[in-house]
Amino acid sequence: MSSVMDQLLDQRPLIAVMISLVAAITMPLFSRHPNWREGCTLLAATLKLFVVASMLSAVLAGETPSSASILLPQGLSLHLRADPLGLVFALTAATLWVMTSLYSIGYMRAKEAPRQTGYYVAFALCLSATTGLAFAGNLLTFFVFYEVLTLSTYPLVVHTRTAEARSAGRRYLVYTIGGGQLLLAAIVWTQVVAPGAEFVPGGFLAGRTSDVAMAVGFAAFMLGLGVKTALMPLHGWLPAAMAAPTPVSALLHAVAVVKAGAFGVVRVTGFVFGVDVLRAINADVVLAVAASVTIVVASIRALGERNLKRRLAYSTIGQLSYIVLGSALGTVAALTGAIFHIAAHAFMKITLFFCAGAIHVQVQRDNVDELDGLGKQMPVTLGAFMIGACGLAGIPLLAGFVGKWQIGVGAVEAGYPVFVVVLVVSGLFNIAYFFPIISDAFLKSSPVVGTDARPVITAPFVFSAGIAIMLGLFPDAGFHFYSLARLAASTIVMGPNGGGLP
Amino acid sequence: MTPHLAVLVVVIPLASSLVIPLVGIFSRRVVQTLALLAHVVTLVLALGMLGRVLTEGSWSYHLGGWMPPWGIEYVVDPLSAGMAVLISGMALLTMVYAAGCLDKGNSRHPGLSEALFLLLTAGLLGIVMTGDMFNLYVFLEISSIAAYALLTSEEGPSLVATFRYLLVGTIAASLYLLGTGYLYALTGTLNMADLGVRLSEAGDSMAVVAGVSLVVIGLAVKAAVFPLHGWLPDTYTYAPVAVVGFIGAVMTKVSAYALFRILFFVLDAQAVSGAAVTWLGWLAVVAIVAGSWMALAQTDVRRMLAYSSVGQMGFILIGFSLGNVPAMVGGLFHILNHAVMKGCLFLVAGGVRWRTGATTVNAYAGMGRRLPLSMAAFLVAALSMIGLPPTAGFFSKWYLLVGAVEARAWVVIAAIIVSSALSAIYFFRVIEKAFFHAPDEFNPASERTELPSVMLGPVVILALVVLLLGILNEPIVTHFVMHALPPNV
Amino acid sequence: MLASNHLLRKLMAMNIMQVGVIVFFIALAAKSGATAPVVVDVDQSIQASGYVNPLPHALMLTAIVVSVSTTGVALALLIRIQRRYGTLQETTLLERLKQ
Repeated sequence: MSSVMDQLLDQRPLIAVMISLVAAITMPLFSRHPNWREGCTLLAATLKLFVVASMLSAVLAGETPSSASILLPQGLSLHLRADPLGLVFALTAATLWVMTSLYSIGYMRAKEAPRQTGYYVAFALCLSATTGLAFAGNLLTFFVFYEVLTLSTYPLVVHTRTAEARSAGRRYLVYTIGGGQLLLAAIVWTQVVAPGAEFVPGGFLAGRTSDVAMAVGFAAFMLGLGVKTALMPLHGWLPAAMAAPTPVSALLHAVAVVKAGAFGVVRVTGFVFGVDVLRAINADVVLAVAASVTIVVASIRALGERNLKRRLAYSTIGQLSYIVLGSALGTVAALTGAIFHIAAHAFMKITLFFCAGAIHVQVQRDNVDELDGLGKQMPVTLGAFMIGACGLAGIPLLAGFVGKWQIGVGAVEAGYPVFVVVLVVSGLFNIAYFFPIISDAFLKSSPVVGTDARPVITAPFVFSAGIAIMLGLFPDAGFHFYSLARLAASTIVMGPNGGGLP
Repeated sequence: MTPHLAVLVVVIPLASSLVIPLVGIFSRRVVQTLALLAHVVTLVLALGMLGRVLTEGSWSYHLGGWMPPWGIEYVVDPLSAGMAVLISGMALLTMVYAAGCLDKGNSRHPGLSEALFLLLTAGLLGIVMTGDMFNLYVFLEISSIAAYALLTSEEGPSLVATFRYLLVGTIAASLYLLGTGYLYALTGTLNMADLGVRLSEAGDSMAVVAGVSLVVIGLAVKAAVFPLHGWLPDTYTYAPVAVVGFIGAVMTKVSAYALFRILFFVLDAQAVSGAAVTWLGWLAVVAIVAGSWMALAQTDVRRMLAYSSVGQMGFILIGFSLGNVPAMVGGLFHILNHAVMKGCLFLVAGGVRWRTGATTVNAYAGMGRRLPLSMAAFLVAALSMIGLPPTAGFFSKWYLLVGAVEARAWVVIAAIIVSSALSAIYFFRVIEKAFFHAPDEFNPASERTELPSVMLGPVVILALVVLLLGILNEPIVTHFVMHALPPNV
Repeated sequence: MLASNHLLRKLMAMNIMQVGVIVFFIALAAKSGATAPVVVDVDQSIQASGYVNPLPHALMLTAIVVSVSTTGVALALLIRIQRRYGTLQETTLLERLKQ
């Protein structure tokens, strides 16, 4: 009996992926019964979170539950494995799926949106793909789920079926499939250089090939992953994709799709190439500079955007590059900050998007200059918005500060204090493009009458704002994101046996 | 009994094609059953042959008991047996599909279309099984003539397109024959294995080069190698619904197989075949990009699929010309995959035209609602063409890419990436129209008018096979494709 | 002639080419001073060089059959094209096809 249980426990990464897949397949049966359908989503989301969270203690102790592999020729396999980095991403995605599902129920019903079954099915598939790539044990598995993610998010982008949405969808596909093919070429190259290799903390490519080949391979990886990570100038799809319904923008483009790209960057730099290899070919500096350029330019572009969601999109582009910057710098502190920011940014950004959606639903306002006085009409909503915005700016005691501080420390440790300047400057820009919204909302008078949205819409973002505060005060609370990040970072820098909690 | 499988697999469809029109004079209803039976029997024989080859090894069959190299020899090895299964399987599925849409108006000659179809199948099987150069020519022409006749079942532009195809195809076959004549003059043998031995003794004279080039060019035209592909777009676009699936999926593959056989098994390690392979490789790279590029420019879905096929033949040839094991595995696997994927796509495109008359991308608006299962199969096959996991197309591209990286052929890698991106664009254009557009002024009706089950069945089966080939690619490659490689790779 | 405007002439060109290949093979078979490959006197030992090579002749019989069938199909096609479009001139045909 216990061995069956052990075997079942070992399959948890696979089970986590399958839960939402099963939900996706069964939901069309309930298309005529919205309550059953939404119940299905919520049940699947809760179960998935439960399964993922159950692996927490094992992973913190240094184990890596892994699922059986599907063997392929030439030593390849499809293989799922839960390690600290993967668990950070999976926990974030799973938690936020629960919240987004609740929020979607309120939002989509308030708008009486059509084709809701397709929406929930696509969402479930997308979450399967996200969990799959979080737990991917090697590059091929990662790629498979990466492409499935692209395919399952396309219907969500074009959900409203307007000409604008379709055009955004086409752009999305061109960018992501193009990037995907480049990524495939890079993966094939890795396979030829290091056949059958799995992700190893600290990388497995050291010494396998010439520096030039390493540089070209790394460039291919970064360009391929850079599309989803919205690294400039490959970011063009993201602002256009804001044509999707707000819950889609929230989860996917603030959490799942773009985080998949950033997560991929951390995986490739830390678990394929390794910090030392990258330093030897100076790729770390190049990547850090590219990330910094993205951070600064995105912040400037955000200032110029009138539409609230598009402004948030540019903010996302900048924030993601913090993660890229952290992984480029390659010290324990920098990596800890980057990985922690995967979770922290997700919670903060989703708060902001949810608030934007609530504002849209309640008072039909979409532009930043139309929000005067809403703070008095919708205090909870704008309050949560304020918390999220301050967090992103890196104000201490909120979640965003923790990541930024660690990356800054890492920059100094790595010998490039200039990047601290980048972090500070972007923080100032953050304040510049968020603060006026907040001050206008609370200090001016409102020409519009509105109230906070119903609890099913409001509760999710209140919860996520609360988490932002909690993670700021106690970074290791709840799901131990900080410990996981630190564990992952130390194994990356010091090799598989160099891990261990301080 | 079992050694005779090699020849039975050709004789049964051949004999049936003769018998069926006679039967048709007496009873019309028996005709379709007989034809179906013939295809089923052929498939069973081919599977039996494949099973025996994989367990007991290759064998050769001497027609009439005459010993080679004077007699005609049929060679059964994993490659030919596999191709035989592919041909007979696709033939059966397309026969079932065609039963749903064949013009019943051909009542003056019942059984004629079925007989021609069986003749085509027999011809293709003969090409695959034979080990004799002239025998290959005979079957090449048999299959081509049957194809020409089948392609004109409908009136209209298919007549002119088929006439062009006839001209080009016959000239190509004549070139092949001429080349065979040169090689015969040099070596005195027509047997493929013997030819390989004798040619290596004959050295490197101009006559050898001329002979080989003629043979290669003739087959290359038939295989639609760029830039000799000009006959293909019109032929596939105007082909009747009942036959486009089979002809579009299989005929060029069989010619590619013949090229592979001759270049690698007959002429292996010759200087002249090395040169031919290099040339083909470069043409293939151009084909990959040009095919996808031209497909992008099409508004007619069938023409788009036709140009896509030109590009895909490029993939197969690249696999052959890169020269290492993964690339060849990729090329051979792609023969199998592409036949299945393209077959599915053509069957759906034909079915859509038959049901709704829609042929252009715009006219596909909302088709996902009207023919949901067919368009779902189209989606699966399209994803495979683009090369997204876990479909079969991803894996053949994977092997090709591994081979390209091993051979340091960066141009090839770039071409594959560009082509995949282009394919994504032109396939998703159709998918977007079909699933994410409401029926508009091009397409006012919106009720479900799915294909009848006889037509839908093969379509769905092919889509499932696409998925299965992808998921099961490991056993297929290890136990079958690897054994089909030429001996000295 | 292949480049000719009239479809029938193209067909004739194709035919001529096929005949050319057939003649090529037959020329291969010829030997100087050799006679037709029929063994008359069974007792005498058979000198291969005294007989024309029969194999290409046999092959070409098949090739002639192929050529005839192909030409037959082609002619049938041309008849149908003529009936449907009223012309066998390629340029006119292309115009009529576009309508």
